[in-house]
Order: sequence, then C-alpha cells, then structure tokens
Amino acid sequence: MTDAWLEPAEWSAVRLSLEVAARSVAFSLVPAVLVAVLLSRGRFAGRTLLDALVHLPLVVPPVVVGWALLMLFGVRGPLGSLLDEWFGARLVFTTEGAALATAVMSFPLIVRAVRLGLDGVDPGLEAAAGTLGAGRLGRFFAVTLPLMSPGILAGAVTAFAAGLGEFGAVITFASNIPGETQTLPLAIYSATQMPGGEAAAARLALVSFALAVAGLLLAELIARRMGRLLGRAESA
Amino acid sequence: MALEVDLRHRFGSRRDRDGRSDFLLNAVFSAPTPGVTALFGPSGCGKSTVIAAVAGLLRPQRGRVALDGAAMLDTARGVFVRPERRRCGVVFQDARLFPHLSVERNLRFGLRRAPRGAAGPSFDEVAGMLGIGHLLGRRPAGLSGGERQRVALGRALLSRPRLLLMDEPLASLDVPRRAEVLPFLARLRDAARLPILYVTHSLDEVDALAESLVLLEGGRVTAHGPVEALSIRTDLPALSARRDAGGLLHCQVLEHDAERGLTRLGFPGGALVTPLRPEPVGARLRLRVRARDVAVATEVLRGLSVHNVLPAELTGISPVPDSPHEAFLRLSVGPSALLARVTRDAVGRLGLRPGMAVWALVKSVAFDRAMASAGGEPTPEDTPAPPRPLREEEADLAPFPAGTALRAAG
Repeated sequence: MTDAWLEPAEWSAVRLSLEVAARSVAFSLVPAVLVAVLLSRGRFAGRTLLDALVHLPLVVPPVVVGWALLMLFGVRGPLGSLLDEWFGARLVFTTEGAALATAVMSFPLIVRAVRLGLDGVDPGLEAAAGTLGAGRLGRFFAVTLPLMSPGILAGAVTAFAAGLGEFGAVITFASNIPGETQTLPLAIYSATQMPGGEAAAARLALVSFALAVAGLLLAELIARRMGRLLGRAESA
Repeated sequence: MALEVDLRHRFGSRRDRDGRSDFLLNAVFSAPTPGVTALFGPSGCGKSTVIAAVAGLLRPQRGRVALDGAAMLDTARGVFVRPERRRCGVVFQDARLFPHLSVERNLRFGLRRAPRGAAGPSFDEVAGMLGIGHLLGRRPAGLSGGERQRVALGRALLSRPRLLLMDEPLASLDVPRRAEVLPFLARLRDAARLPILYVTHSLDEVDALAESLVLLEGGRVTAHGPVEALSIRTDLPALSARRDAGGLLHCQVLEHDAERGLTRLGFPGGALVTPLRPEPVGARLRLRVRARDVAVATEVLRGLSVHNVLPAELTGISPVPDSPHEAFLRLSVGPSALLARVTRDAVGRLGLRPGMAVWALVKSVAFDRAMASAGGEPTPEDTPAPPRPLREEEADLAPFPAGTALRAAG
C-alpha cells in the first residue's frame, strides 16, 4: 500500500527504516538478554570490562562505532574477510550492514532495560522454584524469563524506536544508498542537502515523529498489559 | 530415624562499619522423623538460616545435614546436593507464589517436577484438604494472605517432598488469618506423615503443632527435646521467662455439660474442667497450663471458685528468671507434669519442699487459648488413661460430685 502523500523513494526509506530497526532488534535481543543476565547475576573475571564494552556505543561518537565496524567487517577486515570467504557474504554497504550498525548502537539500550527487568525479579521466587525441583535452566525459563519479560519488551521497543533514527554508524558503515541503506534519517539528511528538498525533509521528519510517538505509546501499552498479566496491577 | 543437622556458618568475616560484630551460627540438633520439630527463638537467632541451609539455599562453611542417614550436605566429604534434588518442600513466610501463574499452575509446579513414582496425596486431595479448590483459576495477586499461605502449603506438599520446611508460615498474617490457617497446618501434618521442621517465634504454634522443640538463641542451640519436657524446665529463660510459661497436658474431651457450661477433659493422671469447648467428645487437645494460673495448697480447701484441684507431688523448686521474689514449683500429677509460679514467701510460709504432697489449684479459664491439635478420630492406643476414681476427701471438691451423670469413668 503506497501512500500518495509520500513519494515512492520516501516511502522506501520509511520501509527500509522499519526493516533495519526490526532486524537490529532481532539480532541483538537474545545476546542482550544473555549479557544482561551475565552482568546482573554472573560473577566472573572481566565482568567490569564486559560492562564497559557493552556501554561503549552510548558514549563513543556513532561515527566512530561505524568506523570500528568498517575496520572489523570490511572486506579486508578480520571478521569481514572470514564472512566473505566462508559464506560469500558482505555486510558493508548492505541492508544487513545497516541493521548490524543499528544493533550495535542500540545494544546497550536493550541490555539496560533487560537488566532493570531482571533486577525486579525476586530471587526468592527462583529459590522457591529450586526447592520445588526446578533446575537452573528450568528456573530461568519457568520463572525468571517470564517475570523479566516486561523489561525485555521495553528494551525491544526502545531499541526499535531508537533504531529507526540511527544515523552516524549507519552512514559510516553502510553508506547512504537509496533503497539499500538509506533509512529515514539518511533520507532526511539527503533531502536537506538537495535544492528544493525542504518539503520532502519536512514530510519525512513528520513520519519520524509519528513513528517515535507510536513507539512510546506501544511501550506504555505493553508495560500495562504485562503488569496486569504478572499480577502487579491488582496487588495494590 | 532422624533428621540430623550440624551447621557452622559465619556471616560477615569482618566487623562492619556500624561496629556490629559478625554472626556465628553453630546449630547442632537432631529431629525425629516423621514428626513436627519446632525451631523456636527470637528474631535474628538464626532460625531461617538453618532452614535455608537444610533446603540447600545456603551453603554453610561447615556442616552436615542428613535425613534418615542419607547426607544432603557434608562439607567434610564434599557432599552438596543441589536444592532441586533435595526434595525439601519449603513454605516461606511470604508464600512466594509465582505471580505470573494461576493458583493451579503454582500448585502443579512442583508436582510436574517430582520424581516419577514418588508417593503422596493427589492434587484433588490436597486442594480439598486445604480448601483451595475454588481458587484454582485465580492469580496469586487476587488472594488474601491466608489463601496465599494455604496455596503455598499445597504447592510444597505436592512437590512430593521427603521433608517439609516451614519458615514462619503464619508470621506475616494477622491473628484471624492465623487462626484460619493453623487448622490446615494441623491437618496437613496429620495427613502428610512427613518430617516437618517448623520455624516460629510463637509458642501457640509450637503447642498446636510440634512434638519436639529446638531452642535457638544467638545462633546456638540451647536445648532440644520433646515439647512437654522442655516446657516444664525452669532453666531455659526463652521459655520460662515468658508470660505463658507452663506445662503441657495431652487431653481428650470426655464429656460436655451444656447446662452448666462446662467441659471435662481427661489427661494422663487426672481430669480437668474448663468452660464449654467446641470440640466433640473424643477430640484430643494439648493444653498449656500457664504457671501463673496454678496455685498450690497443702490442705484441702473449701468454698473455692476454682474448679480444678488436683492431687500432686511437688518435685522441685527453682528460681524464676529475672524475678527474685518468685519461685517455680514443679508438680507431677500422675505421669503428667505442671509448673506453678508462686511467691518465694509462699514457699517459706507453707514450708514447701520437694517430695511433699500438695493440691494444685488450676483456674479453668487458663485454657481459653488452647487449640485443637490432632484432628480426626482418636485411636484406641492414643486414648489417655481414664482418670482414677476420686478419693473420699476429694469427692466434695471434685467439679462434678460423685453420683452425677458426669461421674468419672473407671
């Protein structure tokens, strides 16, 4: 369904943005839950280092993250050359590459939200599950995971919303190829660089704004639903 | 067979900033199995730590926990059975029901994970016994405190445990809720035939449920043994310094006299009269006869409002902790034992000394806090000996004089 209000190229940027954000969340969700559990519950050497590493994208300029990805996953980079050799796959200048850059940028956001959710889980409930015969994995899947799911969902929605707008890392690592890696913010940037692109920029900015508001509302709705499902709302 | 517990664990290896010294738990006791053993002591004495260590939720620095000879923990031999393999059902003070699961799925949580072939009451039996059948579809958040605790009991019981651990299961409930849950606990105890370790700081719960008692103070066991034996010891301030210190009597309801509003209870060695009780004839009760409600007389008295005048032998006199002007008298009434708390002056005035025959005067109102213990039908071998016939001189003091319909049997 094409909206007559948007030009086909603009519509494709919107679709691409949604796709990149969705894929980035799909990439990072499971590793983020694992890392959050490790950071919150694990006791191992290098925990602080892992913590710092995860949070790096929050403080390092996004362009630097993109550059680092380019170094690692470039065709001649250590990981990029392996991918090319084994699978014939390239990430640089592809939609997948844009999703990877977005995933790295939003990873700390998910980890933080998941950790908040995990910290809200009463360890006493896990202990109770243990006395009832549930082993380590059983406890995690039957008790911890469902109880931390509001945090996971909140993290996913936040990362998705943030991923729609990732600019620096994407443009550095995946470039600005219309239909391939030109997401909403890149399209807005390109429009502002073109003479007479003001109207297009304004339309796309409006779409960005609407998507962000919708994301926030969705996050709130999910939080309420989950709260009721977990029996929190009634316990007042 | 027994549950053997020997734990040594130090919390906080260094003195913390508040200057609080660290806490050393050094608890050694054994509890008969099956049966209810109460771990009794003030808050912070280490009771819950013992439960956590037995359940495997805490790994003590040194210790051994063995149930009927099988070690669940033995630090000397490097044995540590993980909690999920110990099959200790735990009932926590705060119930700890899973908020995201319905009552039914909470109840089935342990049942699903119990070893195949493990015997125990069925789901329906447990739901019926605890009166939670109508709650199955509800979420824990929608339950009252008493209901939650009943579901927690059922959940622990359905996990087919070899040992039930209860960590102050009634402490978070108000008094009416406690009274609501306590009978279920008694039913569970009688139905489960399991060893139960029951942590409490309430003597009422001890009286209603426990057969043996472990006194814990400051992380150490100060005494352990049958509840009756410890209750009449005067050298244990944890018990004897309490307002409700006193002996315990195993009673059975012999008869009711609705007209006079009285119930007659038999106990090994005699009989007592109390205001009318709700239990049916034949029901068994354990009554705490508070030492402060017992007086003694060296001669037969007349014109008393006190119903119960029991012939007794004075077996010992000992000081009352923190009360230099009072004394405890230990009295034996047949095979049963009572405590009386009297002034030191009375001891001198009456010339009381061990070996003397005295009359124990027990105010009948002393029993109003007693709770039904074992439910169900009494079995013949458990029936207390019928009270011996009254002697001449007792006859006119007896609550129901000879010749009335309420005459003592035998």
